[in-house]
Amino acid sequence: MPNLTDLSLLEAASALRKGDVSSVELTEACLERIEALEPQLHAFLAQTPDLAISQAKAADQRLQEWRKKPEEPLPLTHGIPVAIKDILCLEGIPTTCGSRILEDFRPPYSATSVARLIDNGVVILGKTNTDEFAMGSSTENSAYGTTHNPWGLDRVPGGSSGGSAAAVAAHMCFAALGTDTGGSVRQPASFCGITGLKTSYGRVSRYGLIAYGSSLDTVGALTRSAADLLPLFIAMAGHDPLDSTCMPDPVPEINLDDGNLTGVRIGVPKEYFIEGIQDEVETAVRSAVNVFEELGAEIQEVSLPHTDLALPVYYLIAPAEASANLARYDAVRFGPRRKSEKLWDQYLRTRGELFGPEVKRRIMLGTYALSAGYYDAYYGQAQKVRTLIKDDFDTVFKDVDLIACPVAPTTAFRIGEHGDDPLAMYLEDVFTLPANLAGVPGMAFPVGFDRNDLPVGMQLNAPHLGEKALFQAVHAYQTQTDWHLRKPDL
Amino acid sequence: MTNSAFEPVIGLEVHAELLTQSKMFCGCAVVDSTIAEPNTSVCEICTGMPGTLPVINERAIEFAVRVALALHCTISETSVFARKNYFYPDLPKGYQISQFELPLAHDGWLAIETEAGEKRIRIRRVHLEEDTGKLFHRQGHSLVDFNRSGVPLLEIVSEPDLSSIEEAKIYTTALRSILRYLEVTTGDMEKGVIRFEANVSVRQAGSTELGIRTEIKNLNSFRAMTHALSYEVERQSNILKEGGEISQETLGWDEASSSTVSQRSKEEAHDYRYFPEPDLPPLHVEPTWVAQIQSELPELPLEKRRRFVAEYGLTAYAAGVLTTERSVGDYFEAAVESAPKVRSIKIANWLSSDLFGLLNQAGIDFQDNDVPPVDLARLVEMVEIGEVNATSAKTVLAEMVSSGKSPDDIVRSLGLSMIQDPEVIESIVRRVLDAHPRQVADYLDGNTGIFQWLFGQVMKEAEGRANPSAVRSALSAALE
Repeated sequence: MPNLTDLSLLEAASALRKGDVSSVELTEACLERIEALEPQLHAFLAQTPDLAISQAKAADQRLQEWRKKPEEPLPLTHGIPVAIKDILCLEGIPTTCGSRILEDFRPPYSATSVARLIDNGVVILGKTNTDEFAMGSSTENSAYGTTHNPWGLDRVPGGSSGGSAAAVAAHMCFAALGTDTGGSVRQPASFCGITGLKTSYGRVSRYGLIAYGSSLDTVGALTRSAADLLPLFIAMAGHDPLDSTCMPDPVPEINLDDGNLTGVRIGVPKEYFIEGIQDEVETAVRSAVNVFEELGAEIQEVSLPHTDLALPVYYLIAPAEASANLARYDAVRFGPRRKSEKLWDQYLRTRGELFGPEVKRRIMLGTYALSAGYYDAYYGQAQKVRTLIKDDFDTVFKDVDLIACPVAPTTAFRIGEHGDDPLAMYLEDVFTLPANLAGVPGMAFPVGFDRNDLPVGMQLNAPHLGEKALFQAVHAYQTQTDWHLRKPDL
Repeated sequence: MTNSAFEPVIGLEVHAELLTQSKMFCGCAVVDSTIAEPNTSVCEICTGMPGTLPVINERAIEFAVRVALALHCTISETSVFARKNYFYPDLPKGYQISQFELPLAHDGWLAIETEAGEKRIRIRRVHLEEDTGKLFHRQGHSLVDFNRSGVPLLEIVSEPDLSSIEEAKIYTTALRSILRYLEVTTGDMEKGVIRFEANVSVRQAGSTELGIRTEIKNLNSFRAMTHALSYEVERQSNILKEGGEISQETLGWDEASSSTVSQRSKEEAHDYRYFPEPDLPPLHVEPTWVAQIQSELPELPLEKRRRFVAEYGLTAYAAGVLTTERSVGDYFEAAVESAPKVRSIKIANWLSSDLFGLLNQAGIDFQDNDVPPVDLARLVEMVEIGEVNATSAKTVLAEMVSSGKSPDDIVRSLGLSMIQDPEVIESIVRRVLDAHPRQVADYLDGNTGIFQWLFGQVMKEAEGRANPSAVRSALSAALE
């Protein structure tokens, strides 16, 4: 048997069923690898080895019973060690959002997505690093230090789910949960050479996802292949009475064996191949499109004419929602408090000292966009343009089943490269923001490497609630290619 | 000094806590926050913990629709919840979920009866929001109780159609009565379940232009509201009379000093940065559901009052007393129905003066009253047909209130039933005449005034229980 952490999630699940390996063994292998690599990568903000071992023991016990009655259903996630982005609540375990203002905050509840994974038998290894409140594209905005990219330690892993992406890419875990508000699952998946799913808005409950931009926030997952990702999606997706924006629609059965792409229409939007895009990114994406064509897909150029407006629209809507979502951090009920004689001074000191610069920038941006006299020009106008961007997708999806495009204009950049230029950092998300504004799902997956041996990612987008097509297309691609099987030297 | 040259223009916002089982956006029980142990009916949602989301309480929507329909409002098929942003420790999320641009209902009216006749006060909007927690200030520190946080709060906003403090009082009383009729709130003023905010301006009597208005917040009782309005109308009138200008500002009512105190000027006005609540999809209210709620609306106080006048011949005043509370009107009608031979007006009198008086004395709420309507009706019937006299009946009623026993039982056990037997009455009369030969002689001498004294003696001898008209005729016959 190879190194346990090199198994795919599905291989590990199969080995668990056969009794070739125990969940405790898988968990210990992951914990050892975390211990070995964490000093270089800093993927985790909190490790939960005790919880993991106890969950693994329980999983093994259940497996033993199951082997006596193998006709009973057992989820593929059962006994599989995973990591959770520190934006998602896990009962009793510190959940910081990468912020000092939630230092040592222990939620008395778990996010629905996390709880459903636990119900499906996963083992939780810990909470992964993130840009503070998911605001960023590199994890450099974490108050607890940057995560390093396993493919180049001087590179960022992307963000904000950078800790989850690095942990999966470095084989510290078999899968990780992330959240995607403007590209925060897809861009780090791309930078780390793994597969990441941004679900449709309303497909997975947001309950327990600590809100950044409520109308854009989605839960996603990161794994080393589409096939590995499917069991997590099935476990998490579906209606939740605790989230009124979660769709009641049933989750379809998804069979990856009939991933025949004959007749699948894939549109390539011309607006996504812009000046400034790294040559190797364009080349890799275009050759991946050719692979889809060879697999039977029909390729056509399409147009999403309002693409260039996604960035300004996003940076009005997300900060506006964030300015309200982050108002609850007032040191009254939880979190560290900077005491002052006067209430207002206590607010100013606590929030002034404990929020990082990017969070404060977005709170101010959003507060301004909602202010009397500016609302119509900024927030109101942004909502109208958002509708146009959504209409772009609706129109294109009348002609094609999937949209193929790059995830980010470049491969992973150097840590500190965009240090004092927030705008350059914002441009990293230019290809991922539209899917959030339109609420449609997207999957990022590796399609090549650049001259520095850094992974290049590509994404497919599908219509709202059309995750099935994403899984089938990416799985078909991954049966023909091996980019996703590469492993960084660490 | 009078300010009769000026007339007030008043608009009111009425906030009423709804009597739902659970809170507006979470499953926590709605408890009486004036008595519950602090922070015992709270959860992660109503304390604004990170990652939590609101879910609309459908019952609160139903209650709000009920009120809006009773106020003749147009119900919006689609309405939108919005975030109202401001920082305060009793507001856990840093925003209140309310409604702003598209409220649940709009453009209705409430008819009030003034001295000048019926007047319609236009309702601008009816919407739902969540209540805040409560702060307690102790020496040097403050504590927050979130039991009230997230309790559904109905906001009813009138147009500035009220032109006197009296009208404001009639309007709010009528509104409270309707809310109680609809069983959507306890209406318990002492517990702050209904609260007011007023906007006030004054203008030259007869003018149609609106003056500059002030807003008064923190009016937690009828008394505070009327006092604050009087104070503010007087203050503004005096300023105008002296040629001054009113400044547009938000005032607070300070109970201790009985005056309005400036909270912030127009320039300092809060910018609440309202925007649609992204955690809640637009609220769709099915017209069929609205129609069903409409069909289930009870008769409202004003209609009932008018019907009582027409149907039972009550005075407007008596009908008013019997219809302020739905339970009183229902009680009255149940009593009337159980005793068809008894005049309704008699039942009304016994209910509104005697029973109310006794309950009041005993400190018993009407709802906790142990006298069933059928028993009250029976007692009135006994008086009407002469089985018991009016004085005794009052004693019987007092006993009914304290023991809950039926009037027949009480009359029997206290021996209060009226003496009707002519032979018994004749023998008492004979006894009294024998005992007072001098008075009898006086009478026979033509001093007929003595008859009344002799009648009194007979009634006394009969312990007040003899049928007075039978005594009168027996006495006349004996003296002939």
